[in-house]
Amino acid sequence: MSEPTPPQATPATPPPPPAPAKPAPASAQRAPAPAAPASASPGEPASLGQRIRGGARGLILPVLAIFSALVIGAIVIVLSDITFFDRLRADPGTALGAALDEVLGAYGALFTGSLGNPGTYAAAFASGDLEQITRAFTPISETLLAATPLLFTGLAVALGFQCGLFNIGAEGQLYLGAIFGTFVGFAFTGLPWFVHIPLAIGAGFLGGALWGFIPGLLKARTGAHEVIVTIMLNYIAFNLVNFILKVPGYQREGRSDPISKVTIDSSWYPPLVEGLRANWGFILGLVAALLVSWLLFRSTRGFEFRAVGLNPTAARYAGMSIATTTIVAMTLSGGLAGLAGTSIVLGVTHTLTFGISAGFGFDGIAIALMASSKPRGIIFASLLFGALRAGATPMQSITGIPIDLVVVIQALVIMFVAAPALVRGIYRIRVPEATGLETFSQGWRA
Amino acid sequence: MTAAAVTVAPAVVVDRAAIRRQRVLGVVYLLMASVIAYFLTSDVKEGATSTFLLKPAGSASAISVPNLVVPSLAVVWLAAGLCAALGAVQLIRGFGSRWAVVLGIVVVAFVFAFLTWAAAGRSMSLIGILQLTVQKALPITFGALSGVLCERAGVVNIAIEGMLLSGAFTGAVVGSATGNNVVGLVAAAVVGGALGGMLAVLAIRYRMNQIVAGTVINIFAAGLTSFVAARVLGAHRELNEPEKFASIPIPVLSEIPIIGPMFFSGNIFMYLLFVLIGLIHYGLFYTRWGLRVRAVGEHPRAADTVGINVQFTRYRIVILGGIVAGIGGAYFTLGSTGSFVQNMTGGRGFIGLAAMIFGGWTPIGSFLASLIFGFADALQARLSILNVAVPSEFLLMVPYIVTIIVVAGLVGRVRMPAADGQPYDKG
Amino acid sequence: MKLELRGITKRFPGVIANRDVNLTIEPGEIHALLGENGAGKTTLMNVLFGLYQPDEGEILIDDKPVRFHDPGEAIAAGIGMVHQHFMLVPVFSVTENVMLGVESTRGPLQQRLDGPAARRRIVEISESHNLHVDPDALVEDLPVGVRQRVEIIKTLYRHSDLMVLDEPTAVLTPQEDEELFEIMRSLKASGTSIVFITHKLNEVLEIADRITVLRGGRVIGTTTPAEATEESLAAMMVGRPVSLIVEKDEAKPKDVVLEIDDLVVKDDRGHITVDGVDLEVRAGEIVAVAGVQGNGQTELVEAITGMRPVLAGTIKIAGDVVRLTPRSVLEAGVAHVPEDRLEDGCVPGFSIAENLVLNTYYRPPYSHGVQLDRDAIEASAAGLIKDFDVRTPSVFNRIGNLSGGNQQKVIIAREFSRPVKLLIAAQPTRGLDVGSIEYIHKRIVAKRDEGAAVLIVSTELDEVFALADRIAVMYQGKVVDILDPETATPQQLGLLMGGSRPVSIAEAEAAGELTHVVTTDV
Repeated sequence: MSEPTPPQATPATPPPPPAPAKPAPASAQRAPAPAAPASASPGEPASLGQRIRGGARGLILPVLAIFSALVIGAIVIVLSDITFFDRLRADPGTALGAALDEVLGAYGALFTGSLGNPGTYAAAFASGDLEQITRAFTPISETLLAATPLLFTGLAVALGFQCGLFNIGAEGQLYLGAIFGTFVGFAFTGLPWFVHIPLAIGAGFLGGALWGFIPGLLKARTGAHEVIVTIMLNYIAFNLVNFILKVPGYQREGRSDPISKVTIDSSWYPPLVEGLRANWGFILGLVAALLVSWLLFRSTRGFEFRAVGLNPTAARYAGMSIATTTIVAMTLSGGLAGLAGTSIVLGVTHTLTFGISAGFGFDGIAIALMASSKPRGIIFASLLFGALRAGATPMQSITGIPIDLVVVIQALVIMFVAAPALVRGIYRIRVPEATGLETFSQGWRA
Repeated sequence: MTAAAVTVAPAVVVDRAAIRRQRVLGVVYLLMASVIAYFLTSDVKEGATSTFLLKPAGSASAISVPNLVVPSLAVVWLAAGLCAALGAVQLIRGFGSRWAVVLGIVVVAFVFAFLTWAAAGRSMSLIGILQLTVQKALPITFGALSGVLCERAGVVNIAIEGMLLSGAFTGAVVGSATGNNVVGLVAAAVVGGALGGMLAVLAIRYRMNQIVAGTVINIFAAGLTSFVAARVLGAHRELNEPEKFASIPIPVLSEIPIIGPMFFSGNIFMYLLFVLIGLIHYGLFYTRWGLRVRAVGEHPRAADTVGINVQFTRYRIVILGGIVAGIGGAYFTLGSTGSFVQNMTGGRGFIGLAAMIFGGWTPIGSFLASLIFGFADALQARLSILNVAVPSEFLLMVPYIVTIIVVAGLVGRVRMPAADGQPYDKG
Repeated sequence: MKLELRGITKRFPGVIANRDVNLTIEPGEIHALLGENGAGKTTLMNVLFGLYQPDEGEILIDDKPVRFHDPGEAIAAGIGMVHQHFMLVPVFSVTENVMLGVESTRGPLQQRLDGPAARRRIVEISESHNLHVDPDALVEDLPVGVRQRVEIIKTLYRHSDLMVLDEPTAVLTPQEDEELFEIMRSLKASGTSIVFITHKLNEVLEIADRITVLRGGRVIGTTTPAEATEESLAAMMVGRPVSLIVEKDEAKPKDVVLEIDDLVVKDDRGHITVDGVDLEVRAGEIVAVAGVQGNGQTELVEAITGMRPVLAGTIKIAGDVVRLTPRSVLEAGVAHVPEDRLEDGCVPGFSIAENLVLNTYYRPPYSHGVQLDRDAIEASAAGLIKDFDVRTPSVFNRIGNLSGGNQQKVIIAREFSRPVKLLIAAQPTRGLDVGSIEYIHKRIVAKRDEGAAVLIVSTELDEVFALADRIAVMYQGKVVDILDPETATPQQLGLLMGGSRPVSIAEAEAAGELTHVVTTDV
């Protein structure tokens, strides 16, 4: 027998440098994980100066994204005029001038429709008439109104993202919340507002939560990918709404079209300012943003969400239950989207019809991405998108440009925000990886 | 020192999870049996018969196919009994490796009982439903094939819905503008390919999360098509009236009873699909191109180290997937309804993804799976005509519910490409 | 071929992996590239192979400069590489894997795959070099040693004149090492040059013709086995005299803390990988589970830590049958340092502070009710990084930014900061530099002396011999024997790891179990 060899100094595998060259597909799957803030490392309280600088740096990308989207939107407007090419050939100067006019007109209408017309403001303040002043603020009121459901759906999707889940079902959850909330709104008579409103809100949350619970449960127990399940549930929700709007107990008496009973005014969200449509639903949204922020960054449950979202395997090793976290996150997310639904039926329409949501659920995805799933950013992003939406309707009625243009612009904004390298490439500048969207995803595996 | 080899017998083990699944399935079968026994026997009159027409009305075929006439009540009870018996066996013993076959039998029995009940005392064109099944399955299969191509190379393609929609739009508009539906079809393919290119660039070059990139493209496509439809097509009706492709029954083959009218009497889209299924199957599993594509999807680093250009391969195949989806989208307008309607694809792209998963990421499997979804779709369409006592909205939900059940039931049982969804980092 | 690397420099953000490296490989020689983890060996070979582009320097083949933009060009020039992590597609067959990229085809468009032609060549190659494989087997069904043969066949299939073997013995038993060396000698005899990357000093002295040592990205020197000893090589690798032995006192084992009885566990693919394991670990002793990767050790640890369901058998911790979920196991006083620190041990996107409370965040003082106590977390983190010598500018630094050694220290700090009855450490020093390894070994022994029971799983025989008070060898899901490190030899260990049990012929005959006889020089 030979001598036992003395212990070696260095053991096995050197890790390949920076690029993680893992042979087996082991990268965690899931939704885009939110970024570390540009200035501070996770959890660190940043100095004010750092925060301002970080904020400014963090703004470059969204601002450029919006700008680029507007430019492309302008191109779409011009090119979709089928007489454009003929006129261009005939008289280039005039054609281009007319095109520019059209674009400016459209965007101008968009602007004044969302923020207000400087001329109207000036005249109103000059006149001193309270009613006139109030009316001058109508566009801003409409913006807040449009921003409210977006705030909720943005929070809903962001909560999902933080936990590594793609909640594409905010639209359907919104409708479920609306169904439940409307029912409470018209079914309970004689309640004072401070009972009726919370009850209706609770019902709306419950409806959305139910619609979020289903995909959460399926994902946790069977591994079914939430993208497909939530999308399917959207379609099922649409059909459910159509169905329930024709059920005698729910449908408005005397009407044959699908419209619900009118909700009782004790369930309506009170307006912020008498005479304007903007209501306390927006404030509720701000409160929700605060709560979500506390939940994610200051609570134990939120710690679990984020850990599971960033690395589910390590989270499991550390004792966290992925199944529970998934279910809770999806349920809460659905509940938030349900609140978006109640904000519409209790705050604006006071009744339920099929078209109450024009894609608010999908906008939520855009907003969550723009804000890197951070509640503070969501507030701003939802105001931005709310402005776009509020301005779209007057834009359509004044200039005839269909409101779908706004959808196109929003899609472009998401695209630019989600691919900072694209913006970098176009403008040849240094843009920080502000979104920090992790590009890992494991396809359909749980 | 010398050594000897020794072997030991393995321990006997018990798999609790599998037993639980077996029991749940057994209970489900029994539940289905009770549903049949309770709901489907209630208002069926004694002696009523259900007549199933097996030859399309107005068919010029010389071969006569007799109608299938069955005693309604008896058939329903038989189905209930069968489900109950199978359920009992499943609960107690399970069926081992043949569980999928039994599941198929139970589902077929349930559906047939349902149809018998719906047709009690009347006649129902079963062949009509079957024909509609294949037609409804066509766009789903195109979507699934697009998914198969992309995912086999490791790219998740959520944008199929947007590609279908754009294909539908382009096919209609270009087909109308040029007066030539073939040009429209080609244009749809090109637009689909362009969207595929967009997905490829975003996901591969800019390393964007693939699901986000796909969602963006879907929103963009929906917005753009709706925008142009509202702005242009409303005023210019003539740009939205393409000539549809006529059906081309294949001589001899279309005469075969049942199969003929289903598979060999369609229009060019059906035959294109069959060709495509064959080509993709052969290509992926028998050619050098296919081997490389699959290597890129399973283990891109390994492919890289043997000199395969991973990014280029992915670019090419995602564009190809886009082309396939574009053609599939054109079916909605040029092959089916004619005019473009906003958001007319109604989620078929996502159902196609589910069909792809159900079909095990193979072309033939995807087609078979799409037939199931197509059947759900067709059932919904026909039953609402028949004034069945189920609200039409619930019937409309059926394809989506089926999709959820399929996706929830099958994950983990089928093997997806190992590197699916992961961007390749060359370092 | 004669290969020369001249002045190769390769930089990555924040690190210079190769610095002005000069290396010459003569035709038909076995040249060992030696260095510890992080020295730059693999990077250098990746540059050679066209996976990376050098920032400076050039490559010359037979005195002519060449430039490889991708592996295809390197392969075409006759360079073959057997990677440390196998580059094989698991769901493909051996034939498909070997011919990938250079497929034999026939038919129109040269597209239809010609399996039989490829198979014939593979059989030819495998017979001439004793590399036996079944061409139609699926790679995922093959054991590790056979997969390595497939990788070697891959390079020979492409007519390589120079073969690079990156840490080939990391996954082999000592006996399989010998077989590999035989294959290498056979290849050398047929004219192939071999570059052999390793960190194992004894192998280098046995097989290499010349040895080049890398440290910190630079070439420290080139020597031959005649002129070098293990100590001199170790000193070159690390830059200072290295104590190759871990100081440790005699173990004083007390009560049984971990008791595993007849444990049966299945792997992800449904096969039984832990097949009736009995094991005991006492407080105050270190038990090391040795074995080639893939014999059930990973699943054993997963079962104990609650990550994998148990099919049969019992696991008792401190005498109680614990409910086997990760949280209850942790609360029962078990500390777990997982095999894969980035994937399983920490959340790379979280800060160091957050990672340090990853499994204690829900208890006071780190949280009160539902709310986290940020100050308490921060304070505790500051203390821990000092105690455990973690090099970082702040506790809020993302753990992903730290070096491997510091990451592992954070994980150990986290696990050791709780009262520990049982410490389970799987591959605790994999991929780490010498300094970190020494530190971690010291802390593990210290934990043992505090009275904890320690279970180590390691594929590094040297680590096993250094740390263990008892060695349990696993083969095909069973503990085949338990050895005393004082009296056991690596050869014995190797035989057991490879499935043979060292007994005398008489014993085997008496038990009626004599199937065949293998004689080895021991």
